[in-house]
Amino acid sequence: MRFRWLVALLALPVTLPAQLAVVGETVYTMAGPAIRDGVVLIRDGKIERVGPSSELRVPAGYRKLTAKVVTPGLIDAYTVVGLSGYLNQAHDQEQVERSKPIQPELRAVDAYDPREPLIEYLRGYGITTLHTGHGPGILVSGQTMIVKTAGPTVEQALVKPDVMVASTLGGGAREREAGKSPGTRAKAIAMLRAELVKAQEAIRRREKKPEEATRDLATEVWIQVLRGEKPLLVTVDRAHDILSAIRLGKEFGLRLVLSNVAEAYLVLEEIRASGYPVIIHPAMQRAGGETENISFETAAKLKAAGIPFAMQSGYESYVPKTRVVLFEAAVAASYGLGFESALAALTIDAARLLGISDRLGSLEPGKDADLALFDGDPFEYTSHTTGVIINGVLVSDRPQ
Amino acid sequence: MKKLAVVAFLLAGWVTAQERPMLFIGARIIPITSTEIEDGALLIRQGKIVAVGPRQKLSPPGDAEVIDVRGKVILPGLVDTHSHIGSVEGGDSSAPIQPDARALDSIDVRDSRLQKAQAGGITTVNIMPGSGHLLSGQTIYLKLRDGRTIDELALRNADGSIAGGMKMANGTNSRRAPPFPGTRAKSAALLREQLIKAVEYRDKIRKAAGDPEKLPERDLRLEALVEVLDGKRMVHFHTHRHDDILTVLRLQKEFGFRAVLHHVSDAWMVADEIAKAGVPCSLILIDSPGGKIEAKDNRFISGAALERAGVLTAFHTDDGVTDSRLFLRMAALAVRAGMSRQKALEALTIAGARMLDLESRIGSLEPGKDADFVILSGDPFSVYTKVLETWVEGVKVFDRTVAQDRLYAVGGYGASRPGDFYVDEEWLQ
Repeated sequence: MRFRWLVALLALPVTLPAQLAVVGETVYTMAGPAIRDGVVLIRDGKIERVGPSSELRVPAGYRKLTAKVVTPGLIDAYTVVGLSGYLNQAHDQEQVERSKPIQPELRAVDAYDPREPLIEYLRGYGITTLHTGHGPGILVSGQTMIVKTAGPTVEQALVKPDVMVASTLGGGAREREAGKSPGTRAKAIAMLRAELVKAQEAIRRREKKPEEATRDLATEVWIQVLRGEKPLLVTVDRAHDILSAIRLGKEFGLRLVLSNVAEAYLVLEEIRASGYPVIIHPAMQRAGGETENISFETAAKLKAAGIPFAMQSGYESYVPKTRVVLFEAAVAASYGLGFESALAALTIDAARLLGISDRLGSLEPGKDADLALFDGDPFEYTSHTTGVIINGVLVSDRPQ
Repeated sequence: MKKLAVVAFLLAGWVTAQERPMLFIGARIIPITSTEIEDGALLIRQGKIVAVGPRQKLSPPGDAEVIDVRGKVILPGLVDTHSHIGSVEGGDSSAPIQPDARALDSIDVRDSRLQKAQAGGITTVNIMPGSGHLLSGQTIYLKLRDGRTIDELALRNADGSIAGGMKMANGTNSRRAPPFPGTRAKSAALLREQLIKAVEYRDKIRKAAGDPEKLPERDLRLEALVEVLDGKRMVHFHTHRHDDILTVLRLQKEFGFRAVLHHVSDAWMVADEIAKAGVPCSLILIDSPGGKIEAKDNRFISGAALERAGVLTAFHTDDGVTDSRLFLRMAALAVRAGMSRQKALEALTIAGARMLDLESRIGSLEPGKDADFVILSGDPFSVYTKVLETWVEGVKVFDRTVAQDRLYAVGGYGASRPGDFYVDEEWLQ
């Protein structure tokens, strides 16, 4: 299975990648209303044309694939898969480095294992893009990146390196060992403010005496964050911690992305007013500790409040080792979010939030040919993903 | 619903809480042990099922309260064969084999996860201590009544004793520093050693033939193991890897105890061997493989594989590994991977009842059985279906239209209390 995409490539020696015509009883383009009896033409890894079969003839030489439902490839808007492996042993857990609480210089590209079996597993369900990298569980864990779920090296899988700086606030950021910081919520914020002030000072120094500037990896990243070149991704659950995150973001004029936000429903107005988007927790994340007040309905409430959001598989420390955003969105859809909004959260809304909507998230000419094929409502427990296409190549065709 | 139930207790006790017959009409009824009824009627009285059948053919008693449930689906109450709700504990870290530790003595019936299980349609549950021991203690079978004490929830055997099994485990969870085993072979040896002692103890008791002079001294640990050897106490055996599964079957054959295999991640690899041994399986399906080494090959296909091999198969939540509120979902995922609808429905109900020796009381909708049932908004295997009501012995214990019950069903502020996953407590110590 791991090399299925390679086999697919080898089987089509003339045109790499193949010309494909995907015919769906319903095609959700996410760029307009769903098309009944629609066709997506794929050429050289990109989407060539999209339309109803009555208006769009399949040219000769195109391999035809059919499905009941066709959607854009699904996007997991925050995960640790590829850094966190399924065996859950020390050697395959790279998402958090515990030597220091703040290490923004750690890059996801330097830790990603593209042959991790969970990547292929997720791909089998139609997930074609991961925003993955350093995880929650420490104040600042490192950076994230965006990859496709195909490609034998990180370079080949990569969509965008160094996307966000991952951080955690609230109880989840606490160091467990006595005497280690941060040990409290207030200390965590104080430490982050100190880092950002230090970076502001570095900018001033550099402007005054550029000839004396020396490189410092962490400061360089903080400067990018201060300039809004990189969002600060804050995993935070308690209502008061969500407000602390917003307070910090506004003080320094940061681009913040709020992550998990189990108690978002208590501070919807504040989140909406902040303008910060949300990557919401998996609908089925366990209730306990910081997330004891988690709800299946939070996605629906964010939608109703007009807050832009996408969905994440998040981080799991035990069984299952990763969640599947398709399954999580399904539960959110059932608990008030509805089918179309849940599908949007996995596709176009995620692409916009991650800044990749020029390439991904909808079925439109010129975009990457990443598609998921289903034999029924993608969210129904008993439906199957019947095909997955990445960059115009059929990478999975075993019903899953 | 808690308040109502408490009042009922004070007035008359649980069994007679529901005097007036109730007739539920118009639902699609899935009795499990007989064919589905499109436009059905279910008649209950005094906590028992009186009749199930097509609405046209069922003539209710004149004093019956008629409840219109058209457009809905009625299933028997779900049976969860393996759960950790109620902050359950078993043995401590002093020894790997502790048959004297009882789940009975640890459970907090006010844990909100019991209410969440009701919200998931679960009416009977086997609450077990964890898998960090070769033998972590005695499990307990509960009805999820709205009780205030463990005694009000506990199911009882015919002799009045508390019903439950014995939890055993092999594989990696029970491997620790001494006195715990460090290898698989040692794990099996330690368990065999203890069971042999129990056999000798039982033989002494038999020889004494009731003569108090000849009876051996009481030994709580061995007494519990004798119940296992006599088949009075089902062994619920945590096992994942294919070779560990076969080890359980080997021990089961050697000592002749009755066992249910639990989790059984690699069931699809050794389904025929399990079938040949005649040992039932209680499966967990997880959303992705791994999280620990021995679950790396856990697949949705196990349900179908065991069905093909002819193994009696149930599902369990292992709550908090999966959420009791979404128990129906697990069977649906098995159907996704090829299990038949019928067997998947049985695996949520009657199959689990058989594994707990409760099939004469629960697990299907049949006259004479306990009036434990779930009213669903739609097809049991659709993601869009919700549990609307859960009934235990003729009493409604969950009602989605009641605000507090709905809070448990969907989550939100106050839906949980500190439980097993309360990491902050760990930090405070």
